[in-house]
Amino acid sequence: MTETHNTVAFTPERLAKAQEIIARYPEGRQKSALLPLLHLAQAQWGWLSPEVMDYVARMLDIQAIEVYEVATFYTMFHLEPVGKHVIEYCRTGPCCLMGGEEVYDYLKQKLGIGAGETTADGLFTLKEVECLAACGMGPVFQIREQYHMNLTRERVDEIIGELSR
Amino acid sequence: MSKKILLEHIDVPGIDTYDVYRKQGGYTAVEKALKTMTPEAVVEEVKKSGVRGRGGAGFPMGMKWSFLAKPEGVPRYLVCNADESEPGTFKDHYLMKNIPHLLIEGMIISSFALGANKSFIYVRGELMYVIYILEKAIAEAKAAGFLGKNILGTGYDLELVVQPGGGAYICGEETALLESLEGKRGNPRNKPPFPAVKGLYQSPTVVNNVESIATTAWIVNNGGDAYAAIGVGRSTGTKLISASGHIKKPGVYEIELGLPVEEFLYSDEWCGGIRDGHHLKAVVAGGSSVPILPANLILKLANGEPRMMSYESLSDGGFQTGTMLGSGGFIVFDETSCIVRNTWNFSRFYHHESCGQCSPCREGTGWMEKVLHRIEYGHGSMHDIDLLVDVAKKIEGNTICPLGDAAAWPVASAIRHFREEFEWHITNPQEATRPGAVYKGDMALV
Amino acid sequence: MEDNKPQLFKVTIDNIEVEVEPGTTILQAARKIGGDVAPPAMCYYQPLKGSGGKCRACLVRVAAGSAKDPRPMPKLVASCITPVQDGMVVENTTSQQVLDTRKGIVEFLLINHPLDCPVCDQAGECDLQNFAFKHGMATTRYEEDRRTFDKQDIGPYIQLHMTRCILCYRCVYTADQITQKRVHGVLGRGDAAEISTYIEKAVDNEFSGNVIDVCPVGALTDKTYRFKNRVWFTKPVDAHRDCPTCSGNVTLWYRGDDVIRVTARKNEWNEVTEFICNTCRFEKKKTSDWVIEGPTKISRSSVISVNKYRRDTIKPDFQRKLAASSYTDVDDERDTSQLGIQQLPPERFAQLPHANDPEP
Repeated sequence: MTETHNTVAFTPERLAKAQEIIARYPEGRQKSALLPLLHLAQAQWGWLSPEVMDYVARMLDIQAIEVYEVATFYTMFHLEPVGKHVIEYCRTGPCCLMGGEEVYDYLKQKLGIGAGETTADGLFTLKEVECLAACGMGPVFQIREQYHMNLTRERVDEIIGELSR
Repeated sequence: MSKKILLEHIDVPGIDTYDVYRKQGGYTAVEKALKTMTPEAVVEEVKKSGVRGRGGAGFPMGMKWSFLAKPEGVPRYLVCNADESEPGTFKDHYLMKNIPHLLIEGMIISSFALGANKSFIYVRGELMYVIYILEKAIAEAKAAGFLGKNILGTGYDLELVVQPGGGAYICGEETALLESLEGKRGNPRNKPPFPAVKGLYQSPTVVNNVESIATTAWIVNNGGDAYAAIGVGRSTGTKLISASGHIKKPGVYEIELGLPVEEFLYSDEWCGGIRDGHHLKAVVAGGSSVPILPANLILKLANGEPRMMSYESLSDGGFQTGTMLGSGGFIVFDETSCIVRNTWNFSRFYHHESCGQCSPCREGTGWMEKVLHRIEYGHGSMHDIDLLVDVAKKIEGNTICPLGDAAAWPVASAIRHFREEFEWHITNPQEATRPGAVYKGDMALV
Repeated sequence: MEDNKPQLFKVTIDNIEVEVEPGTTILQAARKIGGDVAPPAMCYYQPLKGSGGKCRACLVRVAAGSAKDPRPMPKLVASCITPVQDGMVVENTTSQQVLDTRKGIVEFLLINHPLDCPVCDQAGECDLQNFAFKHGMATTRYEEDRRTFDKQDIGPYIQLHMTRCILCYRCVYTADQITQKRVHGVLGRGDAAEISTYIEKAVDNEFSGNVIDVCPVGALTDKTYRFKNRVWFTKPVDAHRDCPTCSGNVTLWYRGDDVIRVTARKNEWNEVTEFICNTCRFEKKKTSDWVIEGPTKISRSSVISVNKYRRDTIKPDFQRKLAASSYTDVDDERDTSQLGIQQLPPERFAQLPHANDPEP
């Protein structure tokens, strides 16, 4: 953790966005902005360090523990540093019926890592997730906000190839 | 061609934009409702339509609306449940991504009917790109005067907020969703009080699924009676079905309720049949939570009559021989599928998604997953099967929210209908754990 | 003034009728009757607002919803959070379904709970131990690994032994409701959820020690008392002092002449009646710090009472029953000669303490 208490701050654009988000809830209900703000923070820092969570807590005038409780409940938030591209791979039934497990094995082998691990070059982190609501287009994984569907070994080669460039 | 209510204009290029949507008759229902109807009249039409909650529970929407408490001076809220996370279900994702304005139009009508001036659309956080689509649509609708202050000069104000989730299936449960929307952990609340009395910010709140809210535009334009004329019996209207698994044409289909399952499964208009060279083994008809049925029972009722895609027909026979329409997540398994592996997979899902608040679900889901894992990987013993049935029974009905039931039913039903397959895994561990090995014993394939 | 009196609701629980005020929960109504009719509670804690509904130990069957609508409720309900209706009929110990379900709840709570009672400070005053003793099975069907955590010090006085936690949330409500600033909470979810401060942080508040008293198990323990003694060897005494921070009403736990622990006072349902401050709890361990009021009333069925009651505290009818009872020989044909068990010589036996002896 290189950031100190004082240097954690949103960029001016994100700060404006954060203030816009906070303003959309009724008076006294600003805690509602917590999840959107954590997404915003993760977009900026890649993961949520305690310092970042404390920053969000101060911004919403809530206790730090209230942020920790929430951040650890929802699986989208990364509480450890992650690689440049986080591959969130759907491991749930319908995708598995479409060959999801075979493609997943291939992906792991190709990257040389398992679930929860990051490649040595820091480029990819692999995470297993549950159903992404794209079952008709399985197998599916998500990288940041982008869905990649109907995955095959060839599609995996293409996507990883593109992102490795 | 079957009747289309929601997906009528899905293939029109640019239907995701305000201009094209408007040209196709979009927002006329908002004009009609706000300018010519009272909120009570809108509620009345929705009641008459008989439309039932499309998120899975199937509770009549008009009745849910009529329960909303209306104390003086307290704001009321409408929250759209777009947390679609039930395995096998992707219809809301499809609808919001392709016709965002249909949801926005439904939100305006429903908010007007309920007297809400600030309404929320809670979208699962993974669908961030859909959130951007909705936010763009909201901006367009606002620019056109359908949102904001004094809409269409009627004096009605409405603001829509799109809220992202953070990755938690449990937030599809309405009170967990409200907790999450308040910036908390998604722990379901004890009921009563129900959201209709104390919901978001302790105010009266209605939570409705995306598809349910989207139907209101058609209902306002055509009347509740016209909607009720579609479908069969108490299963009125159309339903979006998410079809996945071993079929030729996976995707989202709008069907008129009452369509025979066989026609849905085999007609080229819908699923197009089982993929080439394979046979139907089983179907999970309403999302992973509902009981799995073997081929013969999904196509026909216990008495031999054809089973239909409707709330009543799918649940005919209770859990002994029936299932539920649920969210309409129609997952098809051919003979290459291993029921034990799939049951373990679903069980892992519920274990992963349990909020951990109440003990039967927190402890029981993990227990079932571990026992199923043991059986799947060749370390099971015969008494494990009855153990699973008993643990499922001890969870079912004893938890704060329906996740406990949702975790218990897939396990109990898989054992009910495919017990031999479980036994085969236990008695033939070496054979059963070979890659690609599938039970080939006596069972009814179609 | 007759009209201002609230109309009382008549409720029947396990065939016993009781009248309570509207808004009373089934559990509170049952406690009014007392004894076994009162359902067990592992998460509900009357002094803590919002607690309850989670552990499902108190599930009961509502055989009739009310006089107006006598239909039974479709599912068992959590008695701790369900308000009574007039004419409601409830089955607790009279329902086999309730008892079976409760057996299941014990099993669920125990699958991830270590069976380390012999080394746990809570043993003897543990809600889970009592619950399991009363409703559980002697064996377990759980074959898998239990979840474990490292012990964690949360400040100088309190140790968190998360492995034993049953996630009742009582300590979280306590911190929320009686302290200004909560620093610990429930992190993670499902069976991976844990009570924690997330980053290493001391729970530093003058009322923080109360989390020890509200904990139903030995997950939060008093470091100043840790491993000092077993609760059944100690003797509770009510005492008070003039405390600027709290009420100063406490229970002192004696071993011989030494105060080895100070706790808040608890009612018969094991609930703290008045929360106390850390100074009273952790720093006043001399008899001279306190004004002694007298022995704490402890249920005679509690292990804490063992060997502490004089002959005259035994109810006369019990003595009569004892005298009237006849002893029958046990038909036991086992050969115990090889077991190395020796009969105590009569003179040694006579020296053993007996319940009927007056206290020295």
